[in-house]
Amino acid sequence: MPKDNTTTEGGIGAATVRREDIRFLTGEGNYTDDIRLQGECHAIFVRSDVANGVIKSIDTSTAEGMPGVLAVFTGEDFVEVGGNPAGWLINSRDGEPMKEPKRPVLAHGKVRHVGDAYAAVVAETREQALDAAGAIEADIEELPAVINMASAVAGGGLVHDEIDTNVCFDWGWIEDNRAATDAAIKAAPHVTTLELVNNRLVPNAMETRASMGDYNAGTGEYTLYTTSQNPHMSRLLICAFVLGIPENKLRVIAPDVGGGFGSKIYHYGEEALVLAASKKLKRPVRWTSTRSEAFLSDAHGRDHVTKIELACEKDGTFIAFRTETMANVGAYLSNFSTATPTFLHGTLMAGNYTVPNVYVNVKAVFTNTVPVDAYRGAGRPEATYSIERVIDMAARELGMDPIELRRKNFVKPDQYPFASAAGLEYDSGNYDLQMDKLEAMIDRPGFAARRAESEKNGKLRGLGLNAYIEACGIAPSNLVGVLGARVGLYDAATVRVNATGSLAVMVGAHSHGQGHETAFPQVVAEMLGIDPQSIDIVHGDTAKIPFGMGTYGSRSLAVCGSAVVRATEKIIAKAKKIAAHMLEAAEADIEFEAGNFSVAGTDKSVSFGEVAFKAYIPHNFPIEDIEPGLEETAFYDPANFTYPSGAYACEVELDPETGKVTIERFAAADDFGNIINPMIVTGQVHGGIGQGIGQALIEQTAYDDDGQLLSASYMDYAMPRAEDVPFYQVNHDDGTPCAHNPLGVKGCGEAGAIGSPASVVNAVIDAMQSGGKNVTHMDMPLTPSRVWEAMNAKGV
Amino acid sequence: MYNFEMTRPSTIADAAKALKEEDAQALGGGQTLIPTLKQRLAIPSTLVSLTGIGEMNGVCMSDANEVCVGGATSHAVVAREASAYPGLAGLASHIGDPAVRNRGTVGGSLANNDPSACYPAAALASGASIITNTREIAADDYFQGMFTTALEDGEIITEVRFPVPEKSHYEKFVQPASRFALVGVMVAKYADGVRVAVTGASEEGVFRWTEAEAALSANFSADALPDLSISGDDMISDLHGSGEYRAHLVKVMTGRAVASAA
Repeated sequence: MPKDNTTTEGGIGAATVRREDIRFLTGEGNYTDDIRLQGECHAIFVRSDVANGVIKSIDTSTAEGMPGVLAVFTGEDFVEVGGNPAGWLINSRDGEPMKEPKRPVLAHGKVRHVGDAYAAVVAETREQALDAAGAIEADIEELPAVINMASAVAGGGLVHDEIDTNVCFDWGWIEDNRAATDAAIKAAPHVTTLELVNNRLVPNAMETRASMGDYNAGTGEYTLYTTSQNPHMSRLLICAFVLGIPENKLRVIAPDVGGGFGSKIYHYGEEALVLAASKKLKRPVRWTSTRSEAFLSDAHGRDHVTKIELACEKDGTFIAFRTETMANVGAYLSNFSTATPTFLHGTLMAGNYTVPNVYVNVKAVFTNTVPVDAYRGAGRPEATYSIERVIDMAARELGMDPIELRRKNFVKPDQYPFASAAGLEYDSGNYDLQMDKLEAMIDRPGFAARRAESEKNGKLRGLGLNAYIEACGIAPSNLVGVLGARVGLYDAATVRVNATGSLAVMVGAHSHGQGHETAFPQVVAEMLGIDPQSIDIVHGDTAKIPFGMGTYGSRSLAVCGSAVVRATEKIIAKAKKIAAHMLEAAEADIEFEAGNFSVAGTDKSVSFGEVAFKAYIPHNFPIEDIEPGLEETAFYDPANFTYPSGAYACEVELDPETGKVTIERFAAADDFGNIINPMIVTGQVHGGIGQGIGQALIEQTAYDDDGQLLSASYMDYAMPRAEDVPFYQVNHDDGTPCAHNPLGVKGCGEAGAIGSPASVVNAVIDAMQSGGKNVTHMDMPLTPSRVWEAMNAKGV
Repeated sequence: MYNFEMTRPSTIADAAKALKEEDAQALGGGQTLIPTLKQRLAIPSTLVSLTGIGEMNGVCMSDANEVCVGGATSHAVVAREASAYPGLAGLASHIGDPAVRNRGTVGGSLANNDPSACYPAAALASGASIITNTREIAADDYFQGMFTTALEDGEIITEVRFPVPEKSHYEKFVQPASRFALVGVMVAKYADGVRVAVTGASEEGVFRWTEAEAALSANFSADALPDLSISGDDMISDLHGSGEYRAHLVKVMTGRAVASAA
């Protein structure tokens, strides 16, 4: 459904302003912490201030007697309930299943990271709960912290005593390709080797996590208001794995949510606690995370240490990629933590290239740090960064132009579907076209003059670029089931046409910044030929929406949007039957265009609204052939991942006296397939690049050897601000449509964060080299002091 | 935050009296104190707000060519009204962000003496006089190490008098996260010599770089600096830079301040 076919104002391809922004920008949003219930009380969590320790005793007696205190909980209260599970089973190279230590609601026996909650107080007011939390006396015997991954793998202290190792799994992909890859690298005329770190990030959604449990003793039903990207999945995890509540007795509502970036995919213990506390007290129990708690308890992102080798011919033809990665999973397995470094990372390790041999080894490592899980891009930024950094290094070593080296190895447009050496089947793409678009934006011929101008001012200037590919539209259930997923990854939509012709579309996807409330109606409006303003999206409430899997992995439009299309097709099919009856014609003769049903070859027609009205006022209605009403549900399970791709370039200026890097220009050429709302897509790319620049330049998550988080507030954790980023040039025109979903869309939510760090670092390396510094690599973030130290050989 | 009483006197005398209460705490713009309270890291009995005291607000000139700033004057007002001393106005205009500049006060900043704050560099480089409700303190005697000053308990900075230099500039290199000064250098050239004050760098808080002062007093030019050396041994070393890096930046920022001095 390319945009050229647009027949409806505000339909597919229109840059419609986001309707939800009006309430967000005028303070009319309804977030979890805005909801007030009669009789609510407040939970405060008591969190470990040591990274590793044995809980000898917890004395809650003083706290229990303090004013306003209603209940105190410890890990002892949750021994009988289940653990919070990992969603993917990964097997090690030797066939052994991964190690899955229990992740309890509250720490029991041991605390395993600074911020690990081991007790909770519920009181009439938040202040009373805080006072009582301070009066809980825990005797915790501190043990040496396991922080460094290499040491954790080598042995010594254990994060989980019961599994006798800190290695969760040792995964090979694709194991059958290992010998061939090893042999190819051994025989290769040129091998470039690079060891690099993909730095740990704190997600920092603008709204911190918040949850409120509300148990209704009259009906036995629980309601959980929570900051979730996927209310149905949270409900499933809470019901089936943790608390054992029947699913029909738990309603999960994720109202307006102020950003997630992955960190709100997962079920967290705080959600289970407020539910259990509400049942015990028969009162609503709320908890809202402080920013300080968020640093110490929201799942972090990235944190890989990788050695990558690129083997190639003297002419630059790629022969093999081989990587060895240690992926930090932190103290416990968060829900997607085992999928992120494996099937969202290893499978992308062929990049955009026809390289015939790929072998990936990933060891997932437990440490006494906050759990690590999917964060915008999730595995694919790590893959892209490794590949595109080593290619840049190889280009320097071979004396080749970095664009030409990439083009030489790109999959070509006539090769689709293309079976990559890392096991995926790319359905569509045109990487040379993306590079063409990029070159048209970046004025490469003018770079020398810009560099000269910078040098005149005592600065260095560098240009860096890269290609990227990602697997989105997560995911075909059959395939991921084979790969170890414990859930299906379809989505669902219900289209309800009201009697007067307006529509409610109930979707499994959850919008927390993505603009679904604007984009999804554009699709339905286009299909039905009606005004998008007559269509509303309903999301975020398990009592209202069909069982969909939520929003992450750039999946909402590609998967849930496809379900919306399928459900709308069913609406059209039924409406045609009704129209045929109204027009006294054969169904086969009914044509539907621009919101009108007409009899082919005649001027007889009825509007969509008239048909809807007839469906609900079924007088003179063929009730024996057609049910009344006009409401349809569809589930959609994709046939394949989608494969957005692109080429990014960054131009930096570097002050050699201070090490300060400024981004002067940034260009993004993306292939997202067909585009529903180009303005929203542009915004998603802008946001993603901002996060990528943050990772590349300033975001630094540092633990000391004792496991204390040194960057635990905005005083030390730098988030990108407006002045840190340039005006972006973006171009997502002329996408190659996805070959297997009805809209031909690929997903755009993560691309900016996936594609940008490598080009920033490549540009800084280029700048340093131009200044006569033989720096071939340095690890992110490229903060001023670290750049200065690298340039002055201080051993960074 | 714990509960506390709040009072907002309109005279210095009433404020001084209120501060005699046990655990009473003066409140300027609250840019450090309020976050501290929210973290439950302080338990004052009473907060004595100083911003309602008319005589502690505003900027004026003295007969001795000093810019006189009331202790409760916000950074934004200094930025706007201290045009007789462009180096000072420029410094004030780059503290924090607009919200900080419209709440934070010069007296609050100097009383707190954060080792990375900007105002201590201005006061020390200007040889300013810190006027309190009981006495006048020379800047050289006032700063006594990180978060430590010559102020007695309950003593209120009512005014700060900055002698106007012939030329001056404050050059700041910001810490990427907090945007406080990783290193900030204020250079002020007076008829009787140049003063150079450095903030952000030292474990001891703001300090004068006397070698640079001597060199610049002889030759007020960035060319006077390359041969000087400054040790990073006693400088702050953290996530954002080693002591050696900070020492290097002191030199770079001093040179830039001199080059930009007006």
